Parts: sequence; structure tokens; C-alpha cells
Amino acid sequence: MEPVTYNLIGAGLIVIGAGIGLGQIGGKAMEGIARQPEATGKIQTAMIIIAALLEGLAFGALFLGK
Amino acid sequence: MDKLLNDFSPGLFLVQTVLLLLLIFLMIKFAWKPILNSLNEREEGIQGALDAAENAKKEMQNLQADNEKLLKEARAEREGMLKEAREIKEKMIADAKGEAQAQASKMIAQAQESIRSEKQAALAELKSQVANISVEIAEKVVRGELADKDKQLSLVDKMLGDVTLN
Amino acid sequence: MKIVQKSIKFLTVLAIALCSFHSFASDTDKKHDDQNDGGMINTKEEVEAYILHHIQDSHDFNLFSYTSDAGERKHFGFPLPVIVSTSNGVKMFMSSEFHHNDDGHVIVDKDGTKLTKIHGKIYELDAGADHVAFDADHHATNAHKVLDFSITKSVMGVLLVGLLLLWWFSSLARQYKKRQVPTGFGRVLEPLVLYVRDEIARPNIGEKHYRRFTGYLMTVFFFIWILNLLGLTPLGFNVTGQLAVTACLAIFTLVIYTVSGNKHYWGHILWMPGVPVLIRPVLAIIELAGALVIKPFSLLVRLFANISAGHIVVMSLIAIMFTLKQSLGVVGATGLSLVLSFFITLIEVLVAFLQAYIFTMLSALFIGMAVEEAHH
Repeated sequence: MEPVTYNLIGAGLIVIGAGIGLGQIGGKAMEGIARQPEATGKIQTAMIIIAALLEGLAFGALFLGK
Repeated sequence: MDKLLNDFSPGLFLVQTVLLLLLIFLMIKFAWKPILNSLNEREEGIQGALDAAENAKKEMQNLQADNEKLLKEARAEREGMLKEAREIKEKMIADAKGEAQAQASKMIAQAQESIRSEKQAALAELKSQVANISVEIAEKVVRGELADKDKQLSLVDKMLGDVTLN
Repeated sequence: MKIVQKSIKFLTVLAIALCSFHSFASDTDKKHDDQNDGGMINTKEEVEAYILHHIQDSHDFNLFSYTSDAGERKHFGFPLPVIVSTSNGVKMFMSSEFHHNDDGHVIVDKDGTKLTKIHGKIYELDAGADHVAFDADHHATNAHKVLDFSITKSVMGVLLVGLLLLWWFSSLARQYKKRQVPTGFGRVLEPLVLYVRDEIARPNIGEKHYRRFTGYLMTVFFFIWILNLLGLTPLGFNVTGQLAVTACLAIFTLVIYTVSGNKHYWGHILWMPGVPVLIRPVLAIIELAGALVIKPFSLLVRLFANISAGHIVVMSLIAIMFTLKQSLGVVGATGLSLVLSFFITLIEVLVAFLQAYIFTMLSALFIGMAVEEAHH
């Protein structure tokens, strides 16, 4: 296979990982909000921060492979 | 990665650093400082007004409480005074009653005393009058009886008879 | 009267926007003649090259180009000044001297210093060379890059946004001198200022220290946000998608939290209390790497990658118009492209705000960690 294909496989793996992570974050945040609607603001902020960290990681990996 | 590093332009980096420094400096001086100061001032003003209102409310409440207390005290005082007056009145009435009673009983006693003495005097007089009258009657009777001889004799007989019987 | 003025203003803006959008589309329509941005772009490779070209910084402000009936390339836009530091001192000239050439064919001679532009970068030819020689990987062998202080498109964007911010917020500041509550546009800006102060700076840094850093955080927030939004207009700015710009922003944050870090902060980094002494040096290395490399790196890569990826996705979706013309027909490809790029653009508007928010938020968080008081 050509190197480009490896890169694409790597990118796919990264996206799978990031997708699972984001899903977990979003799902748990939803659960938290459903359980404690009065804490919505705090949960959202924490969720966005963690999602941003994860996203930074994923993007870093994607661009390392590019 | 190589491509990324190749794209990185040190010149742009330096220019951006200078511009950003300048921008931050100018923004802080001409925008953020006055804006934030005014916002803080405004917020403090609002807070101050709220505090003042709160204080005024509290003071009002205190005043009201004071008023209430005063009113209560005044009422209690009035009640006390009324009670005292009533007591005095009752005492006076009671005193007056007692005195009147005493006076009355004294007068009654005196009256009874005088009645008794009057009665005794009257009785004594009656007794003496009755005695006089009886003596007079007796005298008259005796006189009438003894005017006739026969009668005198029969009397003597009778008396004698009585003596014998005794 | 005012309404008329306003509607004229609005129409002008709309006209400019539509015009440049149209120009963008027609630009994609032209073929890249063997030089650079010429002609029709139909194949996948050409689209890719065009997008990568857009993502890059550029030395002239080009709204659109077209080929006239006579077969001549016309460019609509204006050149920007080039300022480079060469081995013979600083050289300054307009980028029009490169005649829109981007692969080293046009050589500008400035007092014996030969300069040329290859893929958006300015190279200085080595002494004695009069044309650029390329190796097999298309790397110039007899020329080297120079330090480039040009007023490029990105620098222009930065200047534009800087002036815009200064104008908006200093007029807001002036309004407060006259009245307590701002009117007009200030009413839009005030809640944003309050939002950054109360939702980003205050909770993350803490009541005691936040005042010192609010100015920086607000400048960065509005700078990134407005630049992100500007990147979504058809003017074609991609400032926050430039690694140099995001690196600069991240390094500012790094410097601020490193300089303002207190004893408590450094104590926890260099000699972590509460763990076995043998582990402490290892932890110190990890913590130092985290504080000095990973944090700023994540900041700079996140912003850069998000904005670049956004631009690439939007432009790729627009390019569906050409790449899928064969299989879907003109109407189908155009419709699909319009629908998809419309929704992605909406998402990008959200991302523009989100990235500004996250950058500011994380900066505030890092600063907050550095100035946090010890509480035991």
C-alpha cells in the first residue's frame, strides 16, 4: 500500500477514537443534566472544556500524520 | 508535519507578536480599563442603592418596633393607673362602709342601751304606780268592806278559818 | 433619513458580499494554467491545490481572477507591500512586481538581490544564480527563504480587526462618560464584555486576581472571534488558520501564566508535595513539559486545526459543484453543494465563537491555576 493509505487509516483510527470519546463526554453530560437540571451551566462548561482538550489531541494527531 | 513547519512563517509570527502586543496595550488603555471601570462603578452604584434601600427598610422596621414598644408601654401604664384608681376606689368604699357600719352599730348599741334604761325606768315607775294604785284600791276596798259590821265579822271569821286550816 | 442611510449601507455590504462570492465561484471556474491560479479547476487535484493555496497566507489581496476573451489573465484585487530582510538588508516593494507568479519564474531584482516567490514564500536566490533550480521534490536548490515581514493578507486582517476592535470598544468606553447605559451598537457589545468578564475571567481565575488578566482575555477573545468570522466571509481571510498567528497567541498565554505563577504553582510543578521524594523529579519533568509545551501546543493546534479544517471543508463542499458535475449533472451537483455548504457554514459560525470561547476559557483556566492561592 502507498504511504497515503496508511495515513488515511491512521486518520480513520483517530476519528474513531475521538468520536467514541466525544460520545462519552456528550452522553455523560446529558445524563448529568437530566439528573440535575439546575447544574446545566456548570456541566456544559466542563463538557466543552473536556471536549476541547480531546479535540486538541485528535487534531494534533491528525496533523502529525499529515 | 514537515509541510506544517514549512508553512510556519517566522516573519508573520514576529509581525503578529508586535501587533498583538500593541493591540493589547491600546485596548487595555483606551477600551477595557474605562469600560470595566464604568461597569464596576455602575454595579457598585446599583449595589449601593440596593444596600441603602435595605438599610432604610431595616430602619423603618426598627422604628416601627420602637413605636410598638412605646405603645405597649403606654398601654401598660394606663392599665396600671386604672387598676390603682379602681383599687383606691374600692378601698375607699370599703373604708366608708366599715366606718358607717361601726357608727351604725354604735348608734344601735346606744339606742338599745337607752331603750333598756328607759324600759327599766318605765318599769320601775310602773311598779311604783301599780303599788300606789293597789294600795289606794286596797284602801278603798278595805274602807268599803269595813263600813259594815257584819262584813267585818265575816272577814274575821274567814281569816280565822284560814288560820285554822293552816 | 437614517433608515435610508442604513439600508444603503446594508445593500452595499450585501453587494460586496455577493460580488466577491460570485468572484470566488468564478475563480474556481478558471483553469490553473501551468503557472498558478489560472483557469478552470475541474479535477480533484486542482481543487485540492486551490484549497491549499487559499489556506496559505498570500502576498496580495486577490478577490477574483478571470481570463478575458483575449485569453489574458485578469486579477481583481490589489497588491500588498512586501518587506523582506535579505542578506543585503531590508528590501521593500509591492507584490505586484511578482505579477501573480507563485512558482519562482518571475525574479525581482532589488539592487542585486534576486527575490522570487514560490508557493507563497519569498526566496532569495544565491549569489550568481539567475533562475531557480528545483530538485525532484520541487524544492529550490539554489535559493533560501528570507525573513518576511510583509504586510500579507493575514497581517492586513490583523490590522483591520485591530482597528475595528479599537474603534468599537473605545467608542463604547466614551459612551460611558456620558451615560450609564450605552445605546446603539454599544448595547450589543456590553453584554459580550460582561459575558467574558463574568463567565470566563471571574470563575476561572478567581475573584482576587481576575482584574489583572481581564484586559488580555477580552482582547484575545474578540480578536479571535472577529477574525474567525472574517474568515467565513468570501474575502478569503484565513488569519486564525495561520500557524504563526495561533502560535503567537498561545505563546502570549504561556508567557502570562508562567510570569504570574506564584510560589504555590511552581512548588506543585517542581517539587510536588505529598508524593515520595524519588518520584518528585520525574513528576517535575512531566509537569514542566505539561506547563511549558503541551498546554500552549494544544492551544495553538486546536485553533489552527479547527479553523483550517473548517475552511477546507467549506471549500471542498463548494467544490462538489465541479467535482460531481459529471455524475450528478449541473443542477444536482450545484444543489447538493449549496445545501451542504450552507449547513456547514452555519456550523462554522458556531465554531468561530466556540473556538474563541475555548481559547479564552483555557487561557483563563491556565492563568487561574498559576495564580491560585494555597489552601490547605
